[in-house]
Amino acid sequence: MTLKEIKELLQAEVITGEDSLDKEIMFAGGSDLMSDVLAFGKPGILLLTGLSNAQSVRTANIIDAKAIVYVRGKQPDEAGIKLAKEMGIPLLSTKLMMYATCGLLFSHGLPGVSDPS
Amino acid sequence: MSDEYVLSQKFKIKGGDFGKAGRTSTSIKEILKEIGIDPSIVIRASISVYEAEMNVVMYAKKGMVTLSVTPEELHLKLEDEGQGIADIDQAMKEGFSTATHEMREMGFGAGMGLPNIKKNADRFEITSIPGKGTTLDIIFCLNKTGNK
Ligand SMILES: Nc1ncnc2c1ncn2[C@@H]1O[C@H](COP(=O)(O)OP(=O)(O)O)[C@@H](O)[C@H]1O
Ligand SMILES: [Mg+2]
Repeated sequence: MTLKEIKELLQAEVITGEDSLDKEIMFAGGSDLMSDVLAFGKPGILLLTGLSNAQSVRTANIIDAKAIVYVRGKQPDEAGIKLAKEMGIPLLSTKLMMYATCGLLFSHGLPGVSDPS
Repeated sequence: MSDEYVLSQKFKIKGGDFGKAGRTSTSIKEILKEIGIDPSIVIRASISVYEAEMNVVMYAKKGMVTLSVTPEELHLKLEDEGQGIADIDQAMKEGFSTATHEMREMGFGAGMGLPNIKKNADRFEITSIPGKGTTLDIIFCLNKTGNK
């Protein structure tokens, strides 16, 4: 599924990375806990989170996430947006809650990140 | 083991500086990529140093990361001055945390940092003197044999 399809499915707003919407996303994972993300994240993951500070962007960069979708209408702060631009990580924001976001993506064929080894 | 360093570099970390937290780990990741470290080791080392950096920011006054790379291994040494850890076995348990509400709001403080560092590293050592500080040695083997 491409980021563009994900954006349309979630009726998400693109905060940065408009020119990267053709990126192909193979799997996703969601958590508000960055330590969780650092434990289960795999390179290429689409990160779904309600944590909107700069640490979400740093965490995405550390694990080579493809993009971040903020749920519950969360908006990253200025520092986060600036970092994401530097790092080339697209940021999207959807008004949907975490459960609905995951459910929609899953039911449209986007699998979850595999269990930690 | 050879003494020949590919790279040795030090980075300062300020305790309590939540705004800049994670900067050092972001830079270290860039360096590791640039010098051509295997991508899977880059990720494991970056995750480990990020959790360790966050611990210094959250629990210590100040700290220093020394990144050394030899042909055999990648060594991340974190030394901090701060409260230290009285019971290391307890601190190493998944879920044990003394994080404050503010730290949890940043997405950390689930008590999974130290266990995850240990899981990612090929060798991991932690020593601490309560009231003085904590030292972590996080080591990754760069030749195939000792690798995880
Ligand atoms: N550098 C440090 N200095 C002092 N205490 C520390 C340090 N690192 C970890 N700790 C203690 O060990 C606990 C567990 O650490 P960790 O596994 O990283 O989980 P978390 O940071 O989520 O609490 C912390 O809550 C803290 O009490
Ligand atoms: Mg921690």
